[in-house]
Parts: sequence; structure tokens; C-alpha cells
Amino acid sequence: MIHVSHLTKMYGPRTAVNDLSFDIQKGEIVGFLGPNGAGKSTTMKILTGFMPATDGKVTVAGFDVFTQAIDVKRNVGYLPETPPVYLEMSVEDYLDYAARLHQVPSAQLKSSVSSALEKTDLGSVRSRLIGNLSKGYRQRVGLAQALVHNPQVLILDEPTVGLDPKQIIEIRELIKGLAGDHTVILSSHILPEVTATCQRIIVISKGRIVAEDTIERLTTRLNKGLIYSMTVRTPHPAGITLMRTLPGIASVTATGPKLVVEIQPGVSEVRDQIVSTAVNQGMGVLEFSAEKVSLEEIFLQLTTEENVPAQAGKKDGATV
Amino acid sequence: MKNIWTIARRDFRNYFTSPIAYIVIAGFLGIMGWMFFFNLAHFNEQNMQYQQYNMGKAISITDGIVRPLFGNMNVIFLFLIPFITMRLFAEEKKSQTIQLLMTSPVTLTDIIVGKFLSAFLLISVMLGMTLVYPVVLFATGNPDIGPIITSYIGTLLLASCLLSVGVLFSSMTENQIVAGALTFAGGLFLWLISWASQAAGPVWGDLLLYLSLINHYASFGLGILNTSDLIFYFSFIFSGLFLTHRVLESYRWR
Repeated sequence: MIHVSHLTKMYGPRTAVNDLSFDIQKGEIVGFLGPNGAGKSTTMKILTGFMPATDGKVTVAGFDVFTQAIDVKRNVGYLPETPPVYLEMSVEDYLDYAARLHQVPSAQLKSSVSSALEKTDLGSVRSRLIGNLSKGYRQRVGLAQALVHNPQVLILDEPTVGLDPKQIIEIRELIKGLAGDHTVILSSHILPEVTATCQRIIVISKGRIVAEDTIERLTTRLNKGLIYSMTVRTPHPAGITLMRTLPGIASVTATGPKLVVEIQPGVSEVRDQIVSTAVNQGMGVLEFSAEKVSLEEIFLQLTTEENVPAQAGKKDGATV
Repeated sequence: MKNIWTIARRDFRNYFTSPIAYIVIAGFLGIMGWMFFFNLAHFNEQNMQYQQYNMGKAISITDGIVRPLFGNMNVIFLFLIPFITMRLFAEEKKSQTIQLLMTSPVTLTDIIVGKFLSAFLLISVMLGMTLVYPVVLFATGNPDIGPIITSYIGTLLLASCLLSVGVLFSSMTENQIVAGALTFAGGLFLWLISWASQAAGPVWGDLLLYLSLINHYASFGLGILNTSDLIFYFSFIFSGLFLTHRVLESYRWR
């Protein structure tokens, strides 16, 4: 459905997107993940035909975005970072306008608008002016606008920004429900966003693809072994030494009553032994928990280089 | 064609959902009404004097009322058109709604012509409302219909030229005030450019005279449809819209 090969975009001397290649099949939901300024929005703008590429070939729904831009635009629904809503129009009038712009036949205008209103749960505000709606509602109006002509491909640039938690869940469900009939690309710098909705993720950093896979496989690929953390009542050095000798344990680090136990990669279940050793040695277990290597850490590993302070990456993760 | 109409319809309605249309139309009709009344009163007074002292032929309604009325109307358009056109692109750029247009399956030409048409419709409505003055003239006197018709055509074309200047400047900035100010300055400049023609020498002087917007209006006021003036106005409008196309196209490449 979407085919991108060697896509490059320069803003003057600055390279925003550098030799990007990927394919997206019909009915897939794919997440673009990357820190701010990684080139996600630029790539999306090129896919919609909004902006021409410096180099490379992009086809969407079988049409070349450069030579057949109008055909591409007819088959794409796009929600930009800022929802392109006219504040002085009512929700209904606005959607009617968006549908007309996308050449929805006159006979289907009414049904297209009401189905978009229904999908985004905007029925109750249909006759209100968009300017009087909250940011969350405006975002949903923007999403309704992308859906109104029932496009084959949906390109959503950070679709859940500004929504409250309940709305976020609703929008995620909505996007998931679109899979199959529609091909969806959504971008985010928020990880749970992507894990919750996408089947496949493409991690972009500095205009390049650094990883492209399903979420499970990415997690396994980069998993360096499980980590458990435990709090004990009295940390006996002898007990800790004994724990280190247990099979499958890579290391035990003790800072006061807090122990961090790292397991060798590939070892599956050693929790019973760890806890029983601690209890038998009279240390007294107060707390025991598993620290999974989260997607967030993978994301940081993939997108953070030595010369980039880790703090910059953390900041993105902190917005979760 | 349908796309153009879709865009023109929204932008035209937009004038009326905001106070702009009402303020511009009210201002226009207020000033025009006052001027019409003043012209009429002055004309009557003059005619009375002519008759009283038997000074021969009285001045015609065309010379005494119609031509000054349209002359004033043109000047008022010069002042009001920046307010009509300044938002067309600047506002869409500022609020980023331009992205909806640019990612819709419509051409840049559709967008530009649609927006121009919406402003053209508004000034047509304004001109339509002034039809009451000819009605009054016909009810009370016997004016020549030819100059009235050609004056309407001329004023519509002259105002459309100013609109195309406004559309162009609106496409260049996301600041409405800047767009409006440039439109006024540009319009005034093209209006007065002929002033320098005598000082500029024969070749340059002719060129400046040719470029002057108001210079081409004279024939319309006399009841003549001059082909060369029509061509000038149409090519002026086309150039304004063409340059707008180039400006918007260049923004895509940045």
C-alpha cells in the first residue's frame, strides 16, 4: 500500500530525512517512533503529497506522490500535528467542507459526515463552533476530518496529543478498529501510544531508520536479560555472596537493603531460588519485583548516541 | 470547477460569519450614500443656477453625478479591499488550516481561483447594493444608460485588479496586518504611478502611464469599452493570481 525507497529530504543544507526505505502492507497499523525532530512529520508530509522530496521514490495506494499527487491525496486522510480546523465554523459544516474538498459525491455527503461524527463520538457537539470546543475535541474534529472521505490510507501525526486519558483510550480503540480496511501510519514520541495501537514500529532517529520490527521481536532482540530488584530487612554479606553463586545469576548489586539481581540472558525462571536463598539466610524479604527492559529503554538505546546526553532522550519518555 | 466553487463558497460564507463583511459593506454603503446625496444636491443646485441665468445647456447627469460617483467608489475600494483580501491566505497559514487545502485533492489553481472568487463575490454584492442609485436617477431623471453600465464593468475590473494584488500579498505572509498594509501600499502605488510619467521622459513615461491602474479606467467612465483597457485589466488580474501560484508553490519547496 505504501512503498518508500531511498527517500531523502533536505531543508537547505540540513538533512531532515536521510535515505529512508520501508514498505507498509494493506491493513497494517504502523507506528513511527522517534524523538522530537527525528523526521517523522517531514516523512508524513511527503507521504501526503504536501511536500516534495529531495530524492527517492514514494508510492501511496499505487500512485506516485510526486507525479500523481492528486490521486494520492484522494486516497489519503491526513491529520497534521496541529488539527487544521477553522475555529469560526461549526463541526458539521467543517466536516461537510472537508468531505467536499475530497470530492465525496453529493449524495453521500450527509452519510459521510454523520459516520465520521459517530466514529469520533462528536455527535453531541455537531452544531457547535469549533472555536468553542476544548483542545481534545478539536483534535477529534481533526481526526474526523481525516476519516470523512473514508480513505484507504490514514496518516496521523501524533493523534492523541492533548486528549484526556479516557479519550486517548477511545481514540486508540478507534484506530485499532480501522485496521484491516484502512492502512494507518501514526507517529508518536510517546511509547505506550505505539505499543497500544501498532502492529509494527519503525524507529526513526536523525532522519534514519534505526529499527523496524514488531514490538515483541524488538523487545526480545534488545533484551539483555531480566532484572529483579528486592528489598530485604537485613542484608547479610554471606547471603549475598551465596546468591551470586546461584545458577543463572549474572550479578547481584547491594546498596543498603536494596538488592538488584541481574539474570543471564536466556535464563527463564530463578525467582524461587533467589527468594528462598534470601529467606534461608535470614535476610527477610520485604519486597520483590521484576524490572522488565521496557520499550522505553530500547527506544533510548536505539536513538541515543554517546554524544547525545541521555537526558534529552529521557525527557521524551517522561511525557508519558 | 466544482473544487473552486467548494472553496469559494466556504470563504464567501466566512466573510459573513465574521464581522468583516458587515463592517466593510456598512462602511462602503454609508460613505457611498453620503457622496451620492452630496453629488445629487450639488447637481441640482448647479442646474438651478444654469436655468436661472439662462447659461445654456445644463451639465448632464452622466458628467454631474454618475462619473464622480464611480470615481469615488473606486477610491473607496482602494481603501476597503485590503480588509477584504488580507485574511485569505495569511489567516490559513497562521492557523495552519492551509494544510487541509494542500493535502486535499485540489490543485493550487483551484485554491487560488476559489479564494479570489469569494472576494470577487463580496465586492459584487457591494456593487449590487449600489444599483439603488441608478434606480433613483432613472426614477427622477433621464440619465444615459451606457456610461452607467460601462462604469460598473470598469469598477468591477479595477476592484478585481486590487483583489489580485491583495491575494498575492496575503499569500506571502502569515501576518494579516502586513498583508493588508502591503495591499494598500501596492494598490496606491499602481494608482498613482502615472504621476511620475511626465518627469520620466518619453519611453519610461509611457510605460508608467500604461501601468497606472486608474489611467485605464477613463474610457469606462465615458461609456466606452476599450479592448486595450479590458486586456490590461484582465492580464493584470491574471498576473496577480499567477504570481500567487508561484509564491505558494515556492513555499512547498522550502
